[in-house]
Amino acid sequence: MSMSHTPYHPRWHRERISVWWWLGSARYARFVLRELTSVFVAFFALVTLAELRALGRGPEAHARFLELLSRPWMVGLNALALAFVAFHTVTWFNLAPRAMPVRVGGRRLPDALVAGANYAAWLFVSAAIAFFLLRR
Amino acid sequence: MPETVTLSVSRYRPEREAEPVFQDYEVPFRKDWVVLDALNYVKDRLDGTLSFRWSCRMGVCGSCGMMVNGQPKLTCSAFLADQPPGPIRVEPLRFFPVIRDLVVDLTDFLRKLKKVTPWIVREREQPLSEGEYRQTPEQLDAYKPFSMCINCMLCYAACPIYGLEPSFVGPAALALAQRYNLDSRDQGARERRERLTEPGGIWECTFVGECSEACPKNVDPAGAIQQYKVSSALAWVRMLLPRGGR
Repeated sequence: MSMSHTPYHPRWHRERISVWWWLGSARYARFVLRELTSVFVAFFALVTLAELRALGRGPEAHARFLELLSRPWMVGLNALALAFVAFHTVTWFNLAPRAMPVRVGGRRLPDALVAGANYAAWLFVSAAIAFFLLRR
Repeated sequence: MPETVTLSVSRYRPEREAEPVFQDYEVPFRKDWVVLDALNYVKDRLDGTLSFRWSCRMGVCGSCGMMVNGQPKLTCSAFLADQPPGPIRVEPLRFFPVIRDLVVDLTDFLRKLKKVTPWIVREREQPLSEGEYRQTPEQLDAYKPFSMCINCMLCYAACPIYGLEPSFVGPAALALAQRYNLDSRDQGARERRERLTEPGGIWECTFVGECSEACPKNVDPAGAIQQYKVSSALAWVRMLLPRGGR
């Protein structure tokens, strides 16, 4: 670590940070958990891409892919990923008003409204996808 | 109510110790006492060699920030009675080099503060004859919350990114940059953006959010940095657009 910025003190103490720093507080741990959820977001993206590839290779390949998805360990993994992605979504939606305060007529909209709009959009898109998937 | 409380104070005397050690002091427990009062009691009655910074005693000057039971606090507003039972651990602000006892070196912070040009930058100064730069209450509201910073550096001690990545400009300085970016009188946003989108700038922040929890003045540095990210990303997109779309 560079110490060039403190030329005035010949000796001073600098604490080393442990790699387990995030276990020291519940809030830090929750932050690291939130960051790790991105792995599961990537997992879902890869599953979708793999499904598209299987679709491109024809009905048989797609059927094989669906068979893979229905195996118990795969269902378990997907359930875990879904839980993490839901956590990811909720934490980021709740943080959205602070990153993007919306001003209407010079006044800042209440945070609940901005976060609420995100949830409403999520619900709407989910409902639209469910409608297309489930209609016969 | 107990009559006394133990202060476990981190001592570091570079001429004596290679590593900080804890020293315990028994101080009177009074419900109107804050940790700073207890430290001053130690200094006056028990051990005159204890070193720490303080000035105003009322949460304005930002000098007395320390770790109290592991949390960054202004010791002038951390009441003894609000601490959990047992000894109260007092340590210097985390992530800063310790010069002596509870005194940390500020040079790194001051250098970073200067880097964000935390003053009004004008392309051309208006001549005095044109009068003052006027602002509407709405224009004032846009930046006012971010202008309440007292440079106490509690947010740095709360930020693991600053601890892990010493080049990070850090919460208070970036919030202050945003305070001037949002000021209708300022014209230095582009210059600041060029400097603060470099490594060590806004993109180091991963929105841990602890800086805003620690802030005694409700500045919300975490919010300021995210807003800064959004506006600099939009500025980048605008740069890619053909001239008419800007």
